[in-house]
Amino acid sequence: MYPDELRESALRVAASRDRRLKEKHARLTPEEKDALLRGFHPDFREDTQRPVTVGPNSGDRMPHELVDLLEARSRIDPAALALDRADLEADVLIIGGGGAGAAAALTAQEAGARVLLVTKLRLGDANTMMAQGGIQAATSAVDSPATHYLDVMGGGGYTNDPALVRALVRDAPAVVAWLEELGCMFSKRPDGTLMAIHGGGTSRKRMHFARDYTGAEIMRTLRDELLNRDVPVVEFCPALELLLDDQGRCGGAVLQNFETGAFLVAHARTVILATGGFGRLHVSGFPTSNHYGATADGLVMAYRAGAELCFLDATQFHPTGVAYPEQMLGQLVTEKVRGVGAQLVNAEGQQFVFPLETRDAVSAAIIRECGLPGKGVATPTGQKGVWLDSPMIELIHGPGTVRRELPAMFRQYERFGIDMSVNPIVVYPTLHYQNGGIRVDASGSCPRIPGLYVAGEAVGGIHGRNRLMGNSLLDILVFGRRAGHEAATSRLPAAGRLTLEHVRRHNRGVGKAGRGHPPAPLLLPDYVGKQPGA
Amino acid sequence: MTQGAAGFIVVHILGKAYRVPAGLTILGAMEYAGYRLVRGVGCRGGFCGACGTIYRTRNDYRLKVGLACQTVAEHDMYLAQLPFYPASKARYALDELQPNLATLVRLHPELPRCLGCNTCTRACPQGLDVMEYMARAMRGDIAGVADLSFDCIMCGLCASRCPSEQTQYNVALLARRLYGRHLAPKAEQLARRVGEVAACEFDADLERMAALDAKALKGLYNARDIEA
Ligand SMILES: Cc1cc2nc3c(=O)[nH]c(=O)nc-3n(C[C@H](O)[C@H](O)[C@H](O)COP(=O)(O)OP(=O)(O)OC[C@H]3O[C@@H](n4cnc5c(N)ncnc54)[C@H](O)[C@@H]3O)c2cc1C
Ligand code: SF4
Ligand code: SF4
Repeated sequence: MYPDELRESALRVAASRDRRLKEKHARLTPEEKDALLRGFHPDFREDTQRPVTVGPNSGDRMPHELVDLLEARSRIDPAALALDRADLEADVLIIGGGGAGAAAALTAQEAGARVLLVTKLRLGDANTMMAQGGIQAATSAVDSPATHYLDVMGGGGYTNDPALVRALVRDAPAVVAWLEELGCMFSKRPDGTLMAIHGGGTSRKRMHFARDYTGAEIMRTLRDELLNRDVPVVEFCPALELLLDDQGRCGGAVLQNFETGAFLVAHARTVILATGGFGRLHVSGFPTSNHYGATADGLVMAYRAGAELCFLDATQFHPTGVAYPEQMLGQLVTEKVRGVGAQLVNAEGQQFVFPLETRDAVSAAIIRECGLPGKGVATPTGQKGVWLDSPMIELIHGPGTVRRELPAMFRQYERFGIDMSVNPIVVYPTLHYQNGGIRVDASGSCPRIPGLYVAGEAVGGIHGRNRLMGNSLLDILVFGRRAGHEAATSRLPAAGRLTLEHVRRHNRGVGKAGRGHPPAPLLLPDYVGKQPGA
Repeated sequence: MTQGAAGFIVVHILGKAYRVPAGLTILGAMEYAGYRLVRGVGCRGGFCGACGTIYRTRNDYRLKVGLACQTVAEHDMYLAQLPFYPASKARYALDELQPNLATLVRLHPELPRCLGCNTCTRACPQGLDVMEYMARAMRGDIAGVADLSFDCIMCGLCASRCPSEQTQYNVALLARRLYGRHLAPKAEQLARRVGEVAACEFDADLERMAALDAKALKGLYNARDIEA
């Protein structure tokens, strides 16, 4: 089952399991955590980022891979497109078919708007579908929105936008109730109480879940409801640029039929960007947990239209990405595995960090451990990692728990011949979440671009420099619904003549060659002819 | 084309042979071979059901199915993707439905035609007992369907092989939504909390907290009590 180099170390993990069962690793003090992050988190390394040289955030440091896109020229030649005739028309145009886009579409339609949702791949091919762990909401008697607020702010390093966090925690219970009403099957106790566990950085058990398919359960329910309500959806039709009038008000977008290559002009009273995150940029060469289309398109489009970005120098690595087997490299091992008791253990069978520290701290601790002689686990491809002692879960909660509580995880490993209820698994941090994004106000509207709203992972500021698990599924629904409602009921005067003047200006600014980068948005990563993990 | 250098295998994509490194998933093999995938690829992690693939191996008459992102390519695999499968989807207003057999059969009139042949179960990449949940559906056991089908990723592979033209995953989704909406015990504590929030009971606390600067918040945060 494991090759020799791993088997020996796995035996040491098994041998120390009984001893570790009684052992609780100390939590980091605030000073220790600070030193750990500064020493080992990739965000703090000199060579991973550079200042962007164009647009509203000129001078701000961001990952090279993102700056390359922001400084690239457009995929469109503005002179070659007629924009006055619309191929598609709606009151509210929603770009992106993940959880945020779906929630926005349902809400905008409820508010009476004619809605059109366009998305790059299929409806629901999105990070939302992949979330396993859960969604936070302060619903228990010992919890409150204010307690939730404090956890969010602490997790984000006190840099979060307070107005956004207030909206997030206050709307949380109502959003979960909305899902329950739509028939989402949350895991419940026999009396109907929502089950809840801790997540990294929570002070109350407020992580609600639907077995370990929480995001999938939410996404397939919302998708089904969109179909039931006959919301028009166009799949395989990415947006390439926003359309603005001469006052900078947004009133549509240029789309592209992914199959034929044809450009389509969409006009709308208001536009909601819900394009998700940037994992597939493989920042600093890290593997990623994200879906195929997570390429920061929304950031690129909004930036050219004049939106301000924030917190994009703070990248979230999920501490436990798969390091072995190679076929699963980068895929997520949900935090719930640690939530229900699995410890992080080095090659010698010793714990080295409290498993439920915040993600940035656990990631940094793993990177540090892998740099110490003899402490990291070496896999056959050379990818380093540490052990996540999943069999511990069975020891704590009884045999069969892993299979029952973590069926998705269990199945994924089983496909490659690894039984994670018997054998520990090898993990290493994976690029997971964008943290930063486009600045919005608490209604989801983009302050610099009237008519443009943003929701979901494309937004920055809600989570400050570091998002806690379970707050993202929450934010996409809270701000998806807020943006949907605002966009549908906005009383903005109609947009004037729509142009791509801002794109023309941007193209001029970056020169013919777009600073030497291929045109953006990227739309899809390029894996042609490549070997994953190599 | 023969197997060639050690560590390489030959796969036949839409009938054309390509030499690729052994150990890749079908998805990885297609990309290595030069395909730039737009259809038939989604989350790349086994959750979205976009990459259903049908294949045969040499000297085996059986047609097999799997997810391209979760199945390791084998030597002499003959494969084609099923990125889109035209399936029926009943439109309904969940609130107005009764959670019973009549509802299932009204929205899925093909349901009683199931032959009990078990082909769907053999096809399911999630290892679900699809035939059994369809049998439960035919008995009107909605809670049973909901439970057994919970891990369905709606890849459509069961439907692609079904001789009685069922759309198993849509029956399952309907059952789960009926269960979640009409049969599961309501979360009373959640309803209570929603009421309290609507009555602004937490707003004073929240405003106070939101007015604090980083230093004050940090003090509170570091002194938090953690629920056991
Ligand atoms: C593996 C994994 C596990 C996670 N687990 C959790 C968890 O347990 N709890 C939690 O709270 N959060 C979790 N998260 C984070 C959370 O799932 C995401 O942040 C969230 O779902 C993002 O939702 P979204 O709607 O903003 O983006 P997405 O769901 O990614 O949707 C974006 C959509 O926009 C489309 N799109 C992109 N570009 C364009 C374009 N140019 N034109 C048109 N459409 C476009 C995409 O194709 C996609 O459909 C997890 C994330 C991952 C990847
Ligand atoms: S394949 Fe179709 S006919 Fe056969 S058992 Fe499954 S649902 Fe019934
Ligand atoms: S039940 Fe059908 S649609 Fe669902 S995962 Fe199994 S094969 Fe795919």
